[in-house]
Amino acid sequence: MSQRRIGVYVCHCGGNISDYVDVEQVAREIGAEEDVVVAKTAMFTCSDATQSEMEDDIRQFKLDGLVVASCSPKLHTLTFRAVAERAGLNPYQYTQVNVREQCSWAHTDDREGATAKAERLVQAGVARTRLTEPLVPLKVETVPRTLIIGGGITGLRAAIGLADIGIEVVLVEKEREVGGWVDRLATMHSSRQRPQELIAGLREAIHHRPGITVFTEAQVIAKGGTFGNYEVTIAVRRNEDHPISIHVGSIIVATGFDVYQPELGEYGYGIEGVLTLPEFQEVLRESEGSLKYHGRPVETIAYVYCVGSRESEDQGDAHTYCSRYCCTATVHTALEVFKHNPKMRQYHLYRDMRTYGEYELLYSESRKKGSRYLKFAPENPPSIQKAGEPKGEHLTVTVHDQLTSNQELTISADLVVLVTGMIPRENVDLVHTLKLPVGKGGFYNEIHPKLRPVETVVDGVMLAGTCQNPKTAAESVAAGLAAATQSASILKKGQVQLDPQVAVIDEARCNQCGECLSACPYEAIASRPLTDDDKGPRRYVINAATCKGCGGCVPVCPVEAIGVKGYTPDEIRAMIDGLLREVVAPV
Amino acid sequence: MTASETIKDTALPRILVFSTNNISDPGVDLAGSAHLHYSPNVVTISVPCSSGIRPSLIEYALQEGFDGVFVAADGEECAYLSDCSERTARNLATVQQWMEAHHWEPQRLRMGAICSVCAESFVSYVQGFSHTLAQLGPRGGQDHGV
Ligand SMILES: Cc1cc2nc3c(=O)[nH]c(=O)nc-3n(C[C@H](O)[C@H](O)[C@H](O)COP(=O)(O)OP(=O)(O)OC[C@H]3O[C@@H](n4cnc5c(N)ncnc54)[C@H](O)[C@@H]3O)c2cc1C
Ligand code: SF4
Ligand code: SF4
Repeated sequence: MSQRRIGVYVCHCGGNISDYVDVEQVAREIGAEEDVVVAKTAMFTCSDATQSEMEDDIRQFKLDGLVVASCSPKLHTLTFRAVAERAGLNPYQYTQVNVREQCSWAHTDDREGATAKAERLVQAGVARTRLTEPLVPLKVETVPRTLIIGGGITGLRAAIGLADIGIEVVLVEKEREVGGWVDRLATMHSSRQRPQELIAGLREAIHHRPGITVFTEAQVIAKGGTFGNYEVTIAVRRNEDHPISIHVGSIIVATGFDVYQPELGEYGYGIEGVLTLPEFQEVLRESEGSLKYHGRPVETIAYVYCVGSRESEDQGDAHTYCSRYCCTATVHTALEVFKHNPKMRQYHLYRDMRTYGEYELLYSESRKKGSRYLKFAPENPPSIQKAGEPKGEHLTVTVHDQLTSNQELTISADLVVLVTGMIPRENVDLVHTLKLPVGKGGFYNEIHPKLRPVETVVDGVMLAGTCQNPKTAAESVAAGLAAATQSASILKKGQVQLDPQVAVIDEARCNQCGECLSACPYEAIASRPLTDDDKGPRRYVINAATCKGCGGCVPVCPVEAIGVKGYTPDEIRAMIDGLLREVVAPV
Repeated sequence: MTASETIKDTALPRILVFSTNNISDPGVDLAGSAHLHYSPNVVTISVPCSSGIRPSLIEYALQEGFDGVFVAADGEECAYLSDCSERTARNLATVQQWMEAHHWEPQRLRMGAICSVCAESFVSYVQGFSHTLAQLGPRGGQDHGV
């Protein structure tokens, strides 16, 4: 006896699928399956013509389930959900089956195998669809205001961007002044202005926009509410006893980075004249005319690259990543030094030069101006010693240069600059308050670096700039503007829909053991007393607005009372059955 | 297609991959987009996060007929949980205990980090796994824990 009325559409995708999979056979065989009311193929399921054919079928055959076997769900899930919705079918009763990326294209060498696999995948899709139930997204009104945490160049540019689109901004900066690292630099490539002028210009721009409120020496200490209407609490240092409470629709985290601080003795750090790149920039900023350090004229500088970057995995807490900004920043700094003294002797001790893109031009220019580049092997790094004799030069640098058959070279230098990398900034309280996803190396994780580059799984909480990973200022600003656009596109609509595919507890199965309470990192699970007696029986519930649908709580439950809608244990078992069942050809 | 090829295909070990929507699925998709070939008896079920896979589901897959299960974990890239790998590993340890108790070869369960650009490593993982399972021979000896 048929209980469901499912329509199945198998796509040719021109020939992308049908060249390698016998789609007609797949449709024929699935058409014989119980509950399948209509099974068809289409040249392009995503075409307007097929979309309206599906809509007609849904209405005519009174379908209560839809399966589309075509490309990856990354591409057309929203297209077909909309088809369902237009025809009056709940969009969550549709299942996408990937028979292109995960079938025809992966098995172009085996038509028989690919066809058999496609049949099993579609069977699994039908099996899942049988168990789907209508889901309704929660609708939430949004507040047209964004909280930006961090007033570095990323946060400042995002604030201006948002204000100009008509979204109010509250910017919270923990230091006395906004500006971040850029405000501390002596010089910056790819900007005609000096860094301080650049930041002063942004401060001015913010000052002239009444839609932006800035709190300095301030921190976000609590977050309540849900997406679209978060209630955040801000503590301002001058007035700590009276925290401020503000409602915002979304949050952009732009808390930036820190610079790696070498250990004493690491590449001679601690010896007078051995500086990190930011320390050297400070010397440069304070020098007028010829370059001096502690009153001594500087004539030779050696730069050691990749300090605190690209470390070997075996070191505990290693910073294995490339910090991106530093090669170019150093090459540019050296060009600035030539402006102080065109005769300066500058040696660059590097592992690989990563002045990517147009920054290659800076690298060429620095070589033309006289910078010398020596390549060392990571297993044989340069060593830095205080020079024996207190003559003119101060430090002795020994390096094995791979470009001259690993010859040992000795450089006498007045200054050694350690080109230190970017590391994640410590922000334990904020991570806890906002439930920020901390990823590889301690930076925060977006959902996907290319496909969803500023969103986190916490709806309405976005990331931008160097809190995500090392970036140059221009890359940080691009991320800041992306987060601003994303934020505005959500808040301008006035309301948001929350994904209904979240976890639920089946109260009939739940034995009130309470195991799940601590399993959710988003604190979405709560227990409430069933009676007035606080010690009496309790019920366990999941807040649909805070649950992210990760399912982390699911395996914790001893009695299988929790399931993520759309991914319930029953649905997954049905798919497993579908994937294993031999296809029986219709007679 | 000759008869002998059909036999070859059906003899290929059946592998179920649990993959994640945001991180490993794009990697598996990319393998297809690059037309990298692997056994058509490798099939995927996508879930939001690998830490949400109930051990009983993996056990079910083995009992019902899969020769091996591969969990493509997000590792440190997981956007939901910073302890995703630990949680997933803990769940798999439960499955391993169950496998031992029911005389399943431990090689039939694997976990590996597959990221969104890991097309080649995905293919080499599943092909290697296919090979291992083929050498183990058909499921059968074990008491299936039913
Ligand atoms: C020596 C050096 C040279 C460089 N040279 C160049 C160059 O030439 N060109 C280039 O493009 N880039 C350069 N960079 C990189 C550039 O500095 C960064 O890309 C840029 O600063 C990133 O901006 P941001 O806003 O993301 O982070 P940041 O500048 O770090 O700003 C983050 C802000 O957030 C605030 N904050 C942090 N936590 C909190 C909290 N919990 N609550 C409130 N506020 C908080 C911080 O106080 C800070 O103001 C250089 C960097 C260094 C170190
Ligand atoms: S699915 Fe994830 S977010 Fe939802 S309640 Fe379970 S652990 Fe929390
Ligand atoms: S773990 Fe399962 S049984 Fe225990 S309280 Fe949570 S839902 Fe109920």
